[in-house]
Amino acid sequence: MTAAVLFENVSRHFGAVKAVDAVDLEIAAGEFFAMLGPSGSGKTTCLRLMAGFEQPTGGHIEIFGETAEGVPPYRRSVNTVFQDYALFPHLSILDNVAYGLMVKGVGKSERRKAAEDALAMVKLPGYGQRRPGQLSGGQRQRVALARALVNKPKVLLLDEPLGALDLKLREQMQEELKSLQKSLGITFVFVTHDQGEALSMADRIAVFNDGKIQQLGTPEDIYKRPQTRFVADFVGSSNVLSSAICARLGVPAKAASLRPEAIAIGTSWAEQLSLPGTVTARSFLGATNRVSVDCNGEKIIVASPAAMPVPEIGADVQLAFSRNDLHLMEEA
Amino acid sequence: MRSDRSTTAPLGLKIAAIGGLAFLHIPILLIFLYAFTTEEKSYQFPPPGLTLQWFAVTWNRPDVWAALTLSVKVATIATAIALVLGTLCAAAVSQTRFFGRETISLLVILPIALPGIITGIALRSAFSMADIPFSFWTIVLGHATFCIVVVYNNAVARFRRVSGSLIEASMDLGADGFQTFRHIILPNIGTALLAGGMLAFALSFDEVIVTTFTGGQQSTLPIWMLEELIRPRQRPVTNVVAMVVMLVTFLPILAAYYLTRDGDQIAGAGK
Ligand SMILES: Nc1ncnc2c1ncn2[C@@H]1O[C@H](COP(=O)(O)OP(=O)(O)OP(=O)(O)O)[C@@H](O)[C@H]1O
Ligand SMILES: [Mg+2]
Repeated sequence: MTAAVLFENVSRHFGAVKAVDAVDLEIAAGEFFAMLGPSGSGKTTCLRLMAGFEQPTGGHIEIFGETAEGVPPYRRSVNTVFQDYALFPHLSILDNVAYGLMVKGVGKSERRKAAEDALAMVKLPGYGQRRPGQLSGGQRQRVALARALVNKPKVLLLDEPLGALDLKLREQMQEELKSLQKSLGITFVFVTHDQGEALSMADRIAVFNDGKIQQLGTPEDIYKRPQTRFVADFVGSSNVLSSAICARLGVPAKAASLRPEAIAIGTSWAEQLSLPGTVTARSFLGATNRVSVDCNGEKIIVASPAAMPVPEIGADVQLAFSRNDLHLMEEA
Repeated sequence: MRSDRSTTAPLGLKIAAIGGLAFLHIPILLIFLYAFTTEEKSYQFPPPGLTLQWFAVTWNRPDVWAALTLSVKVATIATAIALVLGTLCAAAVSQTRFFGRETISLLVILPIALPGIITGIALRSAFSMADIPFSFWTIVLGHATFCIVVVYNNAVARFRRVSGSLIEASMDLGADGFQTFRHIILPNIGTALLAGGMLAFALSFDEVIVTTFTGGQQSTLPIWMLEELIRPRQRPVTNVVAMVVMLVTFLPILAAYYLTRDGDQIAGAGK
């Protein structure tokens, strides 16, 4: 099966700034693919390369098997939901949604019908006569979605589409987007810097930093088995154990990640690994207590269930965890 | 610290404001008044009598008609040129990034910042060096230099409001460059262009200095008026024409003002 989007060693440099640097990527048809990374990591640039607003300075891009370099945006079967929605302020909502069909020469009654259907699909029926200025942020976001989907794109690109919404609306839209994607079967490429959003929605995630993909995998992979310190830190706030500590545990590795909730404070079972340390700080987070433990100068965070007793600051404790929760990393 | 900001202005300020307004507007009223006077050689106050005969006399003077037609033609063509070139220029400066963009922007605005006399001399020497005879078209070219600026200034402000992402959204939805211009850019800059065009027309219509330097034997309406004031023959005809000029230039400026009121001011209206 041909990939929906294929990047082969793609770079986009702006002078000295390597916005996207030697990226390899293969997005399967029908997949919900998230690109996650901090600000300035090159997510938007990647998306713009797919949409055709940027041309790669190196490498090769294919969209459904067709070479994409040099193909202008209006000849790609790809549509974008822009971060600022970019609704046309001088057109009614209906004309906004029908715009793509209008420029393709679809007849007036037909495109009205299609636009009304698309508005109904995003739960905005009857809003067609309003202007973008008369809608709330969440409603505009839906219009932008309808405007893109009415063209039946093969790939839908979404650049932080939920960034401007409040938490509750965002969670609601996350579910709606996900079920819409399932029912339509369109490939979604979703940019976000919110790791929770990426983990809960995506089939696969690419974690970006400095224009490079740090790790590509399922949400579970990324969360439980971060391969680099950056991913461990950015995605799950995992502990990263140095090679010295790994050696003490009898595990030869450059570094290893360990999730805070996988650690227990107290005596270890026979098959468990254990580390001695000193409590340096603790804070109550509701369901858990967050305890900082100093092991030979390295700080390890433990998420201890609230029901468990919390040791005093300065107390000497034993940290216990299973070997299976320790994930070896290729780099320090 | 200003603690008391009463709503009524002090008496002195009121008198000064009324005086200022009177100084600005009484001469204009006088022009209107003397269009109706029965005395044709000199302007004496009060006018000895009032008559409507000068409107008929003006109507029947072929030189008035020649000057008026010339002015309208020049203004129309100069405005048309300015609309095309000014829009293109504004599009280039506001939509793309290229080396020397700021400089180009400055160079475009320069003709309106320079005194008209400089523009006039520069154009005149350029025309004579290139052996171009002074004609209708040299006047048009001269006027186009400052008309472009007016259109450019109005368009560039509005172009900036058509954010780049609107254009990208349009292309993303399948519109090519021409369709994007027609459906997205033009509706957004349309009123600015109309306003710029009207201002350009008004500016061209009463231009004297550049016309003096670039015109041949023909006289545009303002030049004809200057000539007319020198010889005391049927003087009130000039006043009648002045009223017409005022109406012809004032209405577009007023319209431009109302068209662009929502947001940016009419750039270049001060010239
Ligand atoms: N047109 C451009 N010219 C120069 N540098 C650019 C351009 N576009 C992007 N960059 C640079 O490329 C890098 C990546 O930018 P990009 O917009 O892709 O980041 P991002 O991951 O989308 O960040 P954010 O989460 O803040 O949107 C940044 O350092 C940015 O300054
Ligand atoms: Mg971005």
